[in-house]
Amino acid sequence: MEAAAGGGCGSGPSLLLSDGEQQCYSELFARCVGAASGGQGPGPAEAARVASGTASAAAGPVADLFRASQLPAETLHQITELCGAKRVGYFGPTQFYVALKLIAAAQSGLPVRIESIKCELPLPRFMMSKNDGEMRFGNPAELHGSKVQIPYLTTEKNSFKRMDDEEKQQETQSPTMSPLASPPSSPPHYQRVPLSHGYSKLRSSMEQMHPVPYEGRQPLVQPEGTSFGVSGAKPLRHQASLIRSFSVERELQDNNSNYPDEPWRITEEQREYYINQFRSLQPDPSSFISGSVAKNFFTKSKLSIPELSYIWELSDADCDGALTLPEFCAAFHLIVARKNGYPLPEGLPPTLQPEYLQAAFPKPKWECALFDSYSESMLTNQQACDLNGMETSVKDMADFPAPTQDVTGDDKQALKSTLTEALPKDVPEDPATPKDSNSLKARPRSRSYSSTSIEEAMKRGEDPPTPPPRPQKTHSRASSLDLNKVFQPSVPATKSGLLPPPPALPPRPCPSQQPEQVSEAELPPQLNRAPSQAAESSPAKKDVSYSQPPSKPIRRKFRPENQSTESQEPSTAVGGPASGATVKPHPTVQKQSSKQKKAIQTAIRKNKEANAVLARLNSELQQQLKEVHQERIALENQLEQLRPVTVL
Amino acid sequence: MAVCIAVIAKENYPLYIRSTPMENELKFHYMVHTSLDVVDEKISAMGKALVDQRELYLGLLYPTEDYKVYGYVTNSKVKFVMVVDSSNTALRDNEIRSMFRKLHNSYTDVMCNPFYNPGDRIQSRVFDNMVTSMMIQVC
Repeated sequence: MEAAAGGGCGSGPSLLLSDGEQQCYSELFARCVGAASGGQGPGPAEAARVASGTASAAAGPVADLFRASQLPAETLHQITELCGAKRVGYFGPTQFYVALKLIAAAQSGLPVRIESIKCELPLPRFMMSKNDGEMRFGNPAELHGSKVQIPYLTTEKNSFKRMDDEEKQQETQSPTMSPLASPPSSPPHYQRVPLSHGYSKLRSSMEQMHPVPYEGRQPLVQPEGTSFGVSGAKPLRHQASLIRSFSVERELQDNNSNYPDEPWRITEEQREYYINQFRSLQPDPSSFISGSVAKNFFTKSKLSIPELSYIWELSDADCDGALTLPEFCAAFHLIVARKNGYPLPEGLPPTLQPEYLQAAFPKPKWECALFDSYSESMLTNQQACDLNGMETSVKDMADFPAPTQDVTGDDKQALKSTLTEALPKDVPEDPATPKDSNSLKARPRSRSYSSTSIEEAMKRGEDPPTPPPRPQKTHSRASSLDLNKVFQPSVPATKSGLLPPPPALPPRPCPSQQPEQVSEAELPPQLNRAPSQAAESSPAKKDVSYSQPPSKPIRRKFRPENQSTESQEPSTAVGGPASGATVKPHPTVQKQSSKQKKAIQTAIRKNKEANAVLARLNSELQQQLKEVHQERIALENQLEQLRPVTVL
Repeated sequence: MAVCIAVIAKENYPLYIRSTPMENELKFHYMVHTSLDVVDEKISAMGKALVDQRELYLGLLYPTEDYKVYGYVTNSKVKFVMVVDSSNTALRDNEIRSMFRKLHNSYTDVMCNPFYNPGDRIQSRVFDNMVTSMMIQVC
């Protein structure tokens, strides 16, 4: 190679390569050529060409190598032009070496010129994900490499495939390297991988990577097994590092020594993500996802159907056509690995076996706010404000390509902020814990917490369709009406008059209700007020109160302090202290009160119309009755007239 | 042990057919194809009354001088046809039955895969491996 390089130099600019450079460049060249030949199948012609030193490296691996040098694309274009590959059409040894020299120059900050290569330059640095023992350069490059590499990943199809090819080349070239030896070397590097991109980038990269036909890789199954341990962990480490701190990675990597197949190990973050996705499909974590649901879900990953079919075969261990949570995690993980370019294994790796997954993650982080939020959102309608936030988060999670760690993080934050006040966070729960228990806890919690803060009550109060009444409303009847409403669930509607209470709501003393639509939230005071007072004294407006949401009764605990206003008469004076008892924002209250008033007034109007209609009907019927009477009288007269005739 | 194994769909087109490569595969395809007539005959011979009690294993369909052809039909009219070497006299009926049972189990596993559309060719690796294990003893 050196001879050829020296000999071939004549065609291009004169290259002065130091020994180290010669060695590195020839190695790189061999790798690129080997990668080309390996990727395309062993070609005896190519091998011969390699031997003769006039081999040409295929553009693909060379391009990847150049990109791994982390130079901007423009620079790389310049380099390729300068080195003559574009002219000649291929990367011969001369061109390759010139290019490498130019890369080194560019990396040192020198302009990309032919003159640059004449001076002494350090070795070009290439960011490789392979273990550095083979590469001999790139250790420092890895430190800052990943950030740049990820965009390359996203933009370059099969870049990982190429990496794998190159790495496999190295594997085959150094069979003595044991797989166990490599992982210890790689973790320190991986730990330095900075948090660069979230799952979103990987998902987008998944979109862009097309599946590699794994038939072609079957002959390489064995080396692949080891090469995965060496090289494959990197993309998955990206996933891991994206979401968690390095300490978690280190922990997991410590555990990795048991299994050489690192890419098939599910990290905590991945596990959480999978669990969340599972929950989006199936709320109960201990039950199954049916085949069709899973099919629709996994089809979104844009893998080919045969591949998905194979992944299913691998992951559905019991072949029942449904996926339990560990099976789902395994399938998801396989899909993720596949999207990152890893060929699928022949058999389910031990780290993906359901039993292993069950044991490894006995208590997935059910305590995460999302779980609570899901249970809350699905089961507790009263917290509509939280519900809205959660619905969006649910939609986010359900969207396969979309979710990002930011979303999950943000969701967690948002939900935490909205929920921490309202609800205590669950401590880690057993995955087997049925959702029902959570829901049950949720409901009483909501009630108990309703009294914790007025603002929560306010928030919640705004959620139901009708706004909660506010105590500070200066309506005299407000408080008392509330009280009446609460105290007289059994009060017959007759008290109020014509309209019976709607079946959904407890019957309330209606007459007093209308003005207090505004202050309906004051259930607690209602508890303690004398039921009868307001009802009788208030105007006979009826049913508007019945339109109040059923959540009203829950608010009874709101204001214990309002109990002091029990004895208040439905007068404006009463409303004052009652309203003063609680602090609520006025504008919303007043808006609600005006809304209530309008509702009341419309109801009044409707009733009046109904009244009028009925009255008309009544009069018509009366008229008919009179007519009938008259007819009857006439007939009787006739009868009498006729009778004397017969009698006589 | 088997020389050729075929899975025929209800509409009598092959879902999966595989034979040992050393022989002319076309011959086996032809044998399987002709055996379908015998299968249909056996099915119809059972009579309508016995449809539910019909034995899935059909037994020896027809022998040739070199091979014997065995048949098995499922309740959904999917047929399994197996060609074995006549010289392999050690194969008994029970063994054939067990082989068919394994085939049937693997087939149901393939069916359970939601990504498999009934009527497609069977491309499951697991199924392939199982069939290979059945055919591998051919010497």
